[in-house]
Amino acid sequence: MTTATRTATGPVHVTAEVLATKSVGAFHHLSLVAPDVGERSSPGSFLALSVGDGHLARRAFWIHRVGPMGGHRAVVEIVVEERGAGSRALAALPAGAPVAVTGPLGRPFALPREPVRCLLIGDGYAAAALTGLAERLRERGCGVHLVLGGSDDAHVLEPLAARRSVGHVEVAVGDLTAAVLRALPEVDVAYAAASPETQRFVADAVAGTGVTCQVALERPLTCATGLCHGCPVPVLDDQGDPHVVRACVDGPVFRAGRVDWEALG
Amino acid sequence: MSDWPFTNPVLTASGCGGTGRELAAYGDLTELGGFVTRSVTLQERPGGGEPRIVESPSGLVNAIGLQNPGVAGFLRDELPPLVDLGAPVVVSIAGHSLGEYAELARTVGRTDGVIALEVNLSAPDPLGSGLLDAREPFQAGSVVGSCRRDLRADLLLLVKLRSDVSRVAETARAVVEAGADAVVVGNAQPAALPDGRAGGLSGPAIRPQSLRCVAEVARALPDTPLIGCGGIMDADDAREYLAAGARAVQVGTALFHDPTTAFRIAREIGPQTEPPAGEDDR
Repeated sequence: MTTATRTATGPVHVTAEVLATKSVGAFHHLSLVAPDVGERSSPGSFLALSVGDGHLARRAFWIHRVGPMGGHRAVVEIVVEERGAGSRALAALPAGAPVAVTGPLGRPFALPREPVRCLLIGDGYAAAALTGLAERLRERGCGVHLVLGGSDDAHVLEPLAARRSVGHVEVAVGDLTAAVLRALPEVDVAYAAASPETQRFVADAVAGTGVTCQVALERPLTCATGLCHGCPVPVLDDQGDPHVVRACVDGPVFRAGRVDWEALG
Repeated sequence: MSDWPFTNPVLTASGCGGTGRELAAYGDLTELGGFVTRSVTLQERPGGGEPRIVESPSGLVNAIGLQNPGVAGFLRDELPPLVDLGAPVVVSIAGHSLGEYAELARTVGRTDGVIALEVNLSAPDPLGSGLLDAREPFQAGSVVGSCRRDLRADLLLLVKLRSDVSRVAETARAVVEAGADAVVVGNAQPAALPDGRAGGLSGPAIRPQSLRCVAEVARALPDTPLIGCGGIMDADDAREYLAAGARAVQVGTALFHDPTTAFRIAREIGPQTEPPAGEDDR
């Protein structure tokens, strides 16, 4: 196993090994032995995988879980939804297969200093970005209300496992907007990992309410490491002036009010 | 000409190393021959719409649109961290007019911590990008002349040309006669994204064409130092360019696939051992 490690923090590029693979609902879960990636990750971090076979772009996935498995200290679990040739090839990787991994990547979620009431909104496989966050918030004494959405039951990410580790889980198949609107008056902070439409809905819903909101944006990434400038996110600064930043290194987590949703498209 | 400042024959290609700080997470920038910045323009450019990059067989088609903070923002925010990291910085510039190229060269030339200037005359879609049209050899020569005029003499002036097999040797001759110290051959090739927008194809798909262009220029201008660029993924690819007459190479798209590539190739190929220009017995 080769490891390119320069510092004690930040991302590494390693040859990882697929330790286990399983299908859960509509998704494939891959457990990866990727030295230093899990240890360095925080809730909201993601990693990038190489596909091989002439595919030059990386494929990015939220880090769903980090934990001991099969004698390894910090196995990283990701959730793959088959959407194209790259994700199909990765979903089909057998146990024991090597795969190039870069991570942990991106700016993770900012955690509250006080024990506040938190609403977590996760749609489809993007809810994987919230798993570690929910645990960390509970450790800090925060109340956690998780709304899990998906286009159908198979696309709702592990509701049973979520119920075991999170205080209050609400499953909203199809449309989760009503559940979000019901929950918002009861919370101080909201975190959303969902489609851009759902995230914009949440951003609009919290505007002016005093609820602070962070969104984990999922944009098309090429390098995922900040090198290519291929993942523009339009943002507004404190004066309201527009700028373009990169989803992969300036995000993927943004304050909802900083994103120029109109220009994001 | 000024001394060859690259202690290793492996450089990054413009636009492929982020601001440099991101790449520094994966290796020591001081081990590279040069870190070439993204092309800097006089004014800030927000870049193009999405998608900006799509995969194609053994390649990527990109339409980034030269996103950059403008030369003032670059000198304020992006150059100082690179200098602090000890990176051998090559600043790439792109202009909308001869006057802009001259002003950029003057401004960057006055700045400490820069070892070379790279004039980008190789954009795959110069007209769509609003850049000065320098596709004809005489136009390319004019740009280089206007940059050279006010540039301090000890700063190496590189000119990056597109890998247009039929014109590249002629264009290289024009820019050398106008004052270029060395020529970089090869950038993304003109191509289109699936939606028809103009872009540039890069990666291993274009390597044979770029290699041909390097060979053409090496034959036409045997005394001019060349830097080859296009689809280099490993040390063997880099050696092909060196064997074809390049004195150094630039690694670009490979960094998007594996951010450690340039560092690995630099270590495998090793430090520059060739004699300085002028003492070459070629």
